[in-house]
Amino acid sequence: MGAARALYAAVLIVVGLVVQVSVLARLGLPGAVPDLLMLVVIGMAMTWGPTAGCVVGFAAGLCADLAPPADHAAGRYAFVLCLAGYVAGLFAQRGRQPRQSVVTTILVVVVLAALTTVLYAGVGALVGDTAARNVGLGRLMTTAVVYDALLAPFVVPLVMTGARRIDPQPLMPI
Amino acid sequence: MRDSRRSRMVLVLLLAISFALITVDIRGGRNSPLSTARDWASAVFGPAERGTSAAVDPVGRAIDAVRDAGSHEDEKKKLKDENAKLRQELENVQLDKARVAELDKLLHVASAGQYKVKPARVVAVGPAQGFSWTVTIDAGTGDGIKQDMTVINGDGLVGRVTSVGPMTATVLLATDPGFSVGSRMAGSMEIGITTGQGDRPMKLQLLNGQAQIKPGDRLVTFGSQGPKSFAPGVPVGEVTEIRATPGALTKTVEVKPYVHFTSLDTVGVVVEPPRSDPRDAVLPAAPAQQPPANPAAPASAPASPAAQPSTTPTGTGNSKTSANGRPPAKNPTPSGRD
Repeated sequence: MGAARALYAAVLIVVGLVVQVSVLARLGLPGAVPDLLMLVVIGMAMTWGPTAGCVVGFAAGLCADLAPPADHAAGRYAFVLCLAGYVAGLFAQRGRQPRQSVVTTILVVVVLAALTTVLYAGVGALVGDTAARNVGLGRLMTTAVVYDALLAPFVVPLVMTGARRIDPQPLMPI
Repeated sequence: MRDSRRSRMVLVLLLAISFALITVDIRGGRNSPLSTARDWASAVFGPAERGTSAAVDPVGRAIDAVRDAGSHEDEKKKLKDENAKLRQELENVQLDKARVAELDKLLHVASAGQYKVKPARVVAVGPAQGFSWTVTIDAGTGDGIKQDMTVINGDGLVGRVTSVGPMTATVLLATDPGFSVGSRMAGSMEIGITTGQGDRPMKLQLLNGQAQIKPGDRLVTFGSQGPKSFAPGVPVGEVTEIRATPGALTKTVEVKPYVHFTSLDTVGVVVEPPRSDPRDAVLPAAPAQQPPANPAAPASAPASPAAQPSTTPTGTGNSKTSANGRPPAKNPTPSGRD
């Protein structure tokens, strides 16, 4: 089942990334851009658990780091999305049954949207990229949270349904 | 909590790898070992981004057209369908017209400055959360685009090419905090360095602290020669505010760029800079009456040495071999057009 999962993840990552930079970013919304890639990672992490979550997040982040409009140091998004996937997987798997209500999903998305924005700026500051100083971080975070929360009910359940159909078992370490 | 030791180990391992990548990439700079991976990524994602943006544009227009078409009365359905179709066509025409006008302006700037430009369209935009101001354009190595080429549009300076794929290229916009360009005040010829500041206006640091400048003064690029040449004479922006920094040797000046970076569409990559610096002849018309500071307008170029017939700035790939060592794009055999 590993191959099927990997293929599903790869297709979703490519589609998510391309749609994000070529469609969502070009809409010219005020403030942030809806982070479709993060929603895709969250969807898979909430089905397959923290281990798969951080692996998928790392892969997605690395693609975002290397694909065309990116010009920052490779590894920044990989770091951030890896952590986001882990946290989302952890959150969904607390308790017996994976929680899958829409409210939980949106809550996870809201927390992670804020977290990833700050974390990305933080990692950049750590390696000497101070560009984040030139934008209002608060406004960016607010808009990112709003857009992602609005987009989440449409994207995350869909990703989760597909992921469950491919392999309902969380990828748990032995 | 079903978080086990192993999943935590995987997380820590991957986080360490990403941090190692960041370090390697930053230390490597331009020759970073990751540039191969970047080339691969742009070969894979570039065409996908191009295709998506080309596919999405008509759909967006169609949705707009249908939305504008109004209510649902059956008897008028046929009429409305036709109306929608016509509207859509009209919108396409309007969009095309806007694009033609933009291209026209671009060619005008190019011909005034005698640059040779390659037109291209923006197909992807870097997210604002990324804190870097970059776009992808639909022209790559196949179109003769190389790293460090200057990118302009009808209004002025857009940015600089940072990496090139087979079908796409990444452009660092002039507003990026990592973007600096040597610039010259139109008229007074004072030299300074203009730096992007993200969403805020650009910042100019003049080398001469005593230079007389005032709001409304205009800036063009200084240009540079050599392998990383920057096209000279490209309009950059207008001075909006001047601050004298106490104790500092240079003045800090805010510059409003001519280009609207939020609505970039058609741009031109300068594949061959002009032979001589056009100075400020490319600037948009001055608002106030000013005597032309530069009598040598390139429109009436002096009789240049022979065998340089190519002053047409067309973006076709038919570029001639130039003195600065760029290879000819095509066979040097004379083309036998009637």
